[in-house]
Amino acid sequence: MKKLINNPTKVVEEMIEGYVKAYPKHVRQLAENERALVTAKATREGKVGVLIGGGSGHEPAFIGYVGDGMADGVAVGNIFASPPPDPILEATKAIDKGEGVIYVYGNYAGDVMNFGMAAELADLESGIRVGSVLVTDDVASAPKAEKEKRRGIAGEFFVTKVAGAAADKGYNLDDVVRVAQKANDYTRTMGVGLTPCSLPQTGKPSFELAENEMEIGLGHHGEPGIEKGELQPADQVVDRLVNDILTDMPIDLGEKVAVLVNGLGSTTNMELYIMFRRVEQILSEKGIEIHRSYVGSYSTSLEMGGASVTITRLDEELAAFVDHPADCPMYVQK
Amino acid sequence: MKVTAEELKTFLKNVVTMIEEQKDYLCELDRKLGDGDHGVTMSIGWQAVNEKLDGDLKEEVDCGKISILTGRTFLSAVGSSVGPLYATGFMRGAKAFQGKSELKDEDLKDFWVAFIEGIKERGKAEVGDKTMIDTLQPALESLQADFEKSNNFLSAFESAVQAAEKGMESTKDMLSKRGRSSRLGERSLGTTDPGAASAFMILNTFLATIKSVQVA
Repeated sequence: MKKLINNPTKVVEEMIEGYVKAYPKHVRQLAENERALVTAKATREGKVGVLIGGGSGHEPAFIGYVGDGMADGVAVGNIFASPPPDPILEATKAIDKGEGVIYVYGNYAGDVMNFGMAAELADLESGIRVGSVLVTDDVASAPKAEKEKRRGIAGEFFVTKVAGAAADKGYNLDDVVRVAQKANDYTRTMGVGLTPCSLPQTGKPSFELAENEMEIGLGHHGEPGIEKGELQPADQVVDRLVNDILTDMPIDLGEKVAVLVNGLGSTTNMELYIMFRRVEQILSEKGIEIHRSYVGSYSTSLEMGGASVTITRLDEELAAFVDHPADCPMYVQK
Repeated sequence: MKVTAEELKTFLKNVVTMIEEQKDYLCELDRKLGDGDHGVTMSIGWQAVNEKLDGDLKEEVDCGKISILTGRTFLSAVGSSVGPLYATGFMRGAKAFQGKSELKDEDLKDFWVAFIEGIKERGKAEVGDKTMIDTLQPALESLQADFEKSNNFLSAFESAVQAAEKGMESTKDMLSKRGRSSRLGERSLGTTDPGAASAFMILNTFLATIKSVQVA
């Protein structure tokens, strides 16, 4: 597949270089580790630090969500691979203001080990308290009985949003962890894949699908989903995705939700709005109130084609966090 | 037998070369089970180790320090899941090499036992999960049993590598239970686990290296 790059082994470095040069008022690279970025404004004294991170290739996640009301720091891994402990640890030290740091990341074996090692080192070397919330919104990645094995995908946006807002409002570490965990427990995502992506270093497609095929439940790195089938019209695909979410997490009449229709890379906004149209129809038929909606490419898989629908149930507490303003290079909310 | 610090570095260099040769094959296995980058990830890590071998480790004769720096360098370059796993292996194994510039049978046995135990502890996978543990656990059991009888590292490691190969091959008939490939279910059947394959290749490279230095 065609890509506008210089050197496949330098894509992450060159992306970071461009990113920090593009948004010097928002982010800066740490001298201690080039894969650790933190907010350009110093994290406020007494505020809990919010640290996110994961593999590259999901932009605007995760680097795009460092800023006011969201994360204070991000650790950047190789493509689709967890960052090692060093950048996580350096970013942790940089954003800790004595109140501890919360790690929000997707539930993948590599991330669990690397963030886990970094949390231990932060405690041992610097006495920094770290709380962790692992995002597990991908309904298709494991059955409900094994919910703790589920992976994190686009729903990580809402968990980061809630953690960032709570920290910004002055919640202490235990409470930031509590509300972020609640946001994760109240969030479900279902995705559909249409076309593969290719890693810059291999140039080969990450999976195969025929021209007329789609795959329900495809993972964020091209992991196979739960069902391959003939490509359906958008409404039928959305019906399936929303039905799987509501079966897994029933939502009562009159409840409020936040909705994210997320593009995986090469799917157009036109398609995403066509999908959102159907999500809105289904939810309003069921008497579920969409409190806030997000449509766009918030968490991608390189140039993968496809989309996901995320629904987060909102109680009064979570609704206030979702409404909280944010100012990041790739996401602004007033 | 004796293995010198220089020969330990030769082993590491041989792994660097071997991974470059096997990179595409490992990616191909991973494409069937995961995101297709296992060979790339291993290559990034071992290339970083290679730079250390030509730099900071060039004059180093303490085998413990060589092993620790290998683990740390690999980890810092790759992260991922193989990063913490191999880093833990090399760092735990380093204890058997601490302060030594020449390694004897007992040291080598202790190294690999600690190496594999460390990986098991970090990754928490079990035999049958379709991971590198399916290669490493049979190797560990065979190494310990054989060494207890013979006190001969070379012959014990030779049978360990045979056990590792069988273990690696057994992953073909397994369903993935850990990591990102676990969602494949039945579709994971028929493909060797790439992590099990590269783990075997590393053990096999160690065997080939010590055999060649024995002859020399």
